[in-house]
Amino acid sequence: MTFNNLNINWGHAIAIAALFIVPMVATEYWMSVIVLPVLILALAGIGVNFLTGYAGQVTLGAGGFMAAGGYFMFAFAMHGDIRSFPLALLLAGLATAFVGVLFGIPSARIKGFYVMVTTLAAQFFLSWLFIKVPWFYNYNEVPNVTLPPMTLFGFDINDDPVVKYYFTLITVLALTWVATCIIRSPIGRNWMAIRDMDTAAGVIGINAIKYKIIAFAVSSFFIGIAGAFWCFIFLGTASVRSFTIERSFQILFIIIVGGMSSIRGNYIGAAFIFLLPILIDYLVKTFLGPILGGSLDSATLSNINKIIFGVLIIFFLIKEPEGIDKMVRDFTSRFKNRPLTVKQNKT
Amino acid sequence: MTLFLEALIGGLLAGTMYSLVAIGFVLIFKASGVFNYAQGAMLLFSALTLVSLNEFGFPFWAALVMTIIITVIGAILIERIVLRPLANRNVMTLFMATLGLAYVIEGMAQGIMGAEIRGFDVGIEDLPIFWGDILISQFDLVAAAVAITMVAILALFFNKTRIGISLRAVADDTAAAQTLGININRIWQIVWAVAALTGLVAGMAWGARQGISFTLSLVVLKALPVLIIGGFTSIGGAIVAGLIVGASEALAETYIGVHIGGGIVTWVAYFVAIGFLFYRPSGLFGDIEIERV
Amino acid sequence: MSAEEKIISSEILSVEGIEVIYDESILGVSDISLKVLKGEIVAILGANGAGKSTTMKAISGIAVTERARVSKGDIKFKGNSVLNIAPHKLAHKNIVHVLEGRRVFEHLTVEENLKSGTFLHRPTRAQMNSEIDQIYHWFPRLKDKRKTLAGLTSGGEQQMLAIGRALLTKPELVLLDEPSMGLAPILMQEIFSIISQLNKENDVSFLVAEQNIHLSLRHAHRAYLIESGKVALSGTAKELSAREDLHQIYLGVEEVL
Repeated sequence: MTFNNLNINWGHAIAIAALFIVPMVATEYWMSVIVLPVLILALAGIGVNFLTGYAGQVTLGAGGFMAAGGYFMFAFAMHGDIRSFPLALLLAGLATAFVGVLFGIPSARIKGFYVMVTTLAAQFFLSWLFIKVPWFYNYNEVPNVTLPPMTLFGFDINDDPVVKYYFTLITVLALTWVATCIIRSPIGRNWMAIRDMDTAAGVIGINAIKYKIIAFAVSSFFIGIAGAFWCFIFLGTASVRSFTIERSFQILFIIIVGGMSSIRGNYIGAAFIFLLPILIDYLVKTFLGPILGGSLDSATLSNINKIIFGVLIIFFLIKEPEGIDKMVRDFTSRFKNRPLTVKQNKT
Repeated sequence: MTLFLEALIGGLLAGTMYSLVAIGFVLIFKASGVFNYAQGAMLLFSALTLVSLNEFGFPFWAALVMTIIITVIGAILIERIVLRPLANRNVMTLFMATLGLAYVIEGMAQGIMGAEIRGFDVGIEDLPIFWGDILISQFDLVAAAVAITMVAILALFFNKTRIGISLRAVADDTAAAQTLGININRIWQIVWAVAALTGLVAGMAWGARQGISFTLSLVVLKALPVLIIGGFTSIGGAIVAGLIVGASEALAETYIGVHIGGGIVTWVAYFVAIGFLFYRPSGLFGDIEIERV
Repeated sequence: MSAEEKIISSEILSVEGIEVIYDESILGVSDISLKVLKGEIVAILGANGAGKSTTMKAISGIAVTERARVSKGDIKFKGNSVLNIAPHKLAHKNIVHVLEGRRVFEHLTVEENLKSGTFLHRPTRAQMNSEIDQIYHWFPRLKDKRKTLAGLTSGGEQQMLAIGRALLTKPELVLLDEPSMGLAPILMQEIFSIISQLNKENDVSFLVAEQNIHLSLRHAHRAYLIESGKVALSGTAKELSAREDLHQIYLGVEEVL
């Protein structure tokens, strides 16, 4: 694999550099409450994108698989006594991938709307499981869990927000690189063949069932990791309430708005979907607040948010079905896109 | 045995609600190929409108007429603003557009009419009736009667009226219907309006029992397994499948749920549907061959 | 009045050098011109994929619903351009298109199918019944099957139903795409004789796309031969029947000048 295969251009390089200097230039609020969750959601978006954008199977189960990532990580740390954060994370991802395969097996023979039913089964079954089986929350009074002290290459993961941030950033970027490789590998090409022509893919000898199950596994791995991050890096605690069906929709919207079948689009979509409510909140409070006075409560805000979200989704589907990513491409293609020349070591 | 019958009958009657919701889906899916996620939101919206107008001081019948008018206007707007620009696009795109639509409608419904649970008094007291020694909810009986009446009206509408025949023609072959001068945009508006009105009926029946709140719009998630079991294109299938889902939820909760912590109604329906997918992939009455690998 | 003026005054359909593009990328037909005069039966002949159906769909407006558009040229019906008019509105202007493959409403009964053809001119119930009886007079087989679901009838019956249903819109021009497709020779004969008869008695014009050259030329007044999206040859049925090289051209064996 050469660097050139990463297709890094100047825009990407600047974006990555900017992410690395965030802890140096931004306040802790911006780093831990704005940029960090966007990174995690982008990772979850990539996970959904494998299944929905590339393999063409609409999933509404992302919330459930994120919860699985969080609770499995806790189980490995607490019951398995694994105190290395990266190792527990990896195992949580693999365990979630396994659950993904379990739900992928019935899904693999069907497609379209029918797949939604298995992903909804996953969503609701997993939410139920982590509330009803006390083992998953170590027999606490409430089904919320926090990790025991964990180590991260000698650091205490809970000690320093900057350490958390860099660990998240590097992991997410590394997994993005992995995702890019998977998409460009024969696996990714077969997914797209299945998405574009399910029957024909069978005719040209692609084992559609096998590749759909792989899509479920890979997708769940990424979503599980994102879920664990969301619990123990961003929130500090795992709770089923963070992963309702609304979360599944949120992740699906990330890929619609950002652009299906685009890894970069997941970042753009995540930023957009996460930041828009904050922006709306700010704008409404600043400009409408004085007019409406006391009647402006959080319920009104959430309704305004919902309406704007809905309108945006419809707008994108009508006007730009390939998402913001396409708009960015159209914009940048006006300036000639030069690939970043990194010394190639082809062998 | 009493326990079994009680669970079964309660489940079947509760299942009529799923049937009512699923019928709205089938109508839209048949006529326009759209899997309408917004059906639940439409149901919430129309039920909330009715209750709000009623609370505002309009007598029930006046509020009902106004709600019907608002619902029809809403259906026309949806066709104009959302569906027409998306004509000829793939089914997934249309589905996701209805997701967006659901958000807009829910936001508007709650923004304008409030998010608290609203009581809806239809003048029936929820006194359980004994049939032998089996308990039956009176509300459930009324809801079942409403469902049967509505299905009868729909059957007449589809088989005896010109609009009904045109609707079925469009559902069978959109292009051929157009060549005969049938305006499919008009047909879609009518279908959406009819689906919204079945939603209103379902919302009233449900609301009378449990109050009207946001949870109503989540009923749509339960409609998916109902549609898979019944087939996406069959009204009869929607009815039977609604009953199956209602009954299996009640029985599963009674016999399995109690042993594993309860609350399994949240997911039982989906697993039943997955089972059906393998046993009978095109649904009980559906005639569209399920797309399979 | 000169002969030429007479032709123009009786011209019902005029397709003027149309190019049709699917999905903004695939060329459907590149240059088709043809005319149908009032009371004529005109055949469009050509092999599979030559562009017969595309031409028909461009005329009836159905092409738009398949993400195609007429990118060049014009289509005039009774002197007025009908480009970019929605198909259901063209039906109201008395053009009806019987699509390839019959396309009856399978889940409607035969009679309901026929009824659906009458809706656009809002007949009373009595009018509707008498119009449908008229169709039963033309196609007695349909009367026997009136209560049968259309999807369960035979190919020939479906073709009759599709034609009968189209006639109920009271058209001046019928676009008939491959009426003989998949039918036994005897049924093909029957369908074409009925077309001829309808044409003579009711003065309805027909534009018929067909692969079956001999049958078409026997019943048509004039014909156009289409090859890879262009008109390769045209003339009266008599002239074309006389050409011995017709089959070779049709099969694309010989280059046409």
